[in-house]
Amino acid sequence: MALQQLTDDTFNEVVGTAETPMLVDFWAEWCGPCKQIAPVLEELAVEQAGRLQVAKLNVDENLKVAQQFSVMSIPTLILFKGGEPVARLVGAKPKGALLQELAGYL
Amino acid sequence: MTERVALTIVGSGPAGLTAAIYAARAQLAPVVLEGEPSSTSDQPGGQLMLTTDVENYPGFVDAILGPDLMGRMRGQALRFGADLRVARACRAELASSPFSLWLGSHDGPEPDIVADAVILASGARAIPLAVPGEARLLGHGLSTCATCDGFFFRGQEICVVGGGDSAIEEALFLTRFATSVTIIHRRDQLRASRIMQQRAFAHERISFRWNTVVTEILGDESVSGVALTDTVTGATSTLPVTGVFVAIGHEPNTALVKGQVELDEGGYVVTHDGTQTSVEGVFAAGDVQDRTYRQAVTSAGSGCMAAIDAERWLESRAPH
Repeated sequence: MALQQLTDDTFNEVVGTAETPMLVDFWAEWCGPCKQIAPVLEELAVEQAGRLQVAKLNVDENLKVAQQFSVMSIPTLILFKGGEPVARLVGAKPKGALLQELAGYL
Repeated sequence: MTERVALTIVGSGPAGLTAAIYAARAQLAPVVLEGEPSSTSDQPGGQLMLTTDVENYPGFVDAILGPDLMGRMRGQALRFGADLRVARACRAELASSPFSLWLGSHDGPEPDIVADAVILASGARAIPLAVPGEARLLGHGLSTCATCDGFFFRGQEICVVGGGDSAIEEALFLTRFATSVTIIHRRDQLRASRIMQQRAFAHERISFRWNTVVTEILGDESVSGVALTDTVTGATSTLPVTGVFVAIGHEPNTALVKGQVELDEGGYVVTHDGTQTSVEGVFAAGDVQDRTYRQAVTSAGSGCMAAIDAERWLESRAPH
């Protein structure tokens, strides 16, 4: 399943109006660990459908949002609830570890 | 359910994947435990996944990107039928063949895999500084992956800690973005190869702090500097930087086999007669057993040796 791609222009609207918590993956093409977790995030989106949405933001093309949230390392995953960041995970991790860290917010 | 296999290879850097290519061609149908996603060198593909140009791997006249080289090795292993799995071995019982392995967070009574022979090629991981501020500022100016995060330091002043090839390669890469890169090294000369040293010395945006150690990473929300101590005079100072990259060396990933396979005082697997370990049927290749060379090509070479050793050992035990 292809995940929704956010941009500087669409970020506020999409994340602000999401009906479930939304996990945003800040990533870039040159980042190896980002590529490793891409399939993990696609699996999460399917398995957690209805509880969690997953979207991607390419920091190379959308630096404004990346700077707004002080992203200085990728992959960074930020969980938004009602448009507000509630959790932040830095670095690639296996699925079990990601789920464990997100569990309390879902 | 427990799976029964002839050969399991733990690790997927140049050693693990070369072993996989040879073992697959020997029709041993090796299962390769590649590891799990991570932002450190401890990840599928190993340390080369975090590097850029590999200029000393034979056959690539104009250099090849580390992740591309690993992608090719992976493809080559797949082509011959190696069974590659994104999974980490979390527990091993290596008393005698067949050997038991548990994957991921599974810790039940039944192992996931039982293998007649095992090749340990779990590599090495970057050593952290272990100073105050490190855990708090990771991802906020402190990075474990220069190729991932260099982009965020455009126009900024940053530092690299270390004096080996990895440190110099990171510093040179980071000059694409940063206005200045200070290399902080605890000795008065570099360990890096001559060609890397020359490039660093010649670079106008790279400067050096010799005989200096980092004692703290400073900053509230994000990195604002590093606290330094001169190892000769004992003088302390602060270097204002917004980015810190650490490349002070590696330690072998041998927690899995500690107490079961003989390790040396540095934690490296001890090998004899090629790639044999202290346990018959367990072989080791690459950085997990190499404290001397630690090159992609030597890892690949020892991976080949381990596959041949494992193949011959399995053959010697087969009923005739």
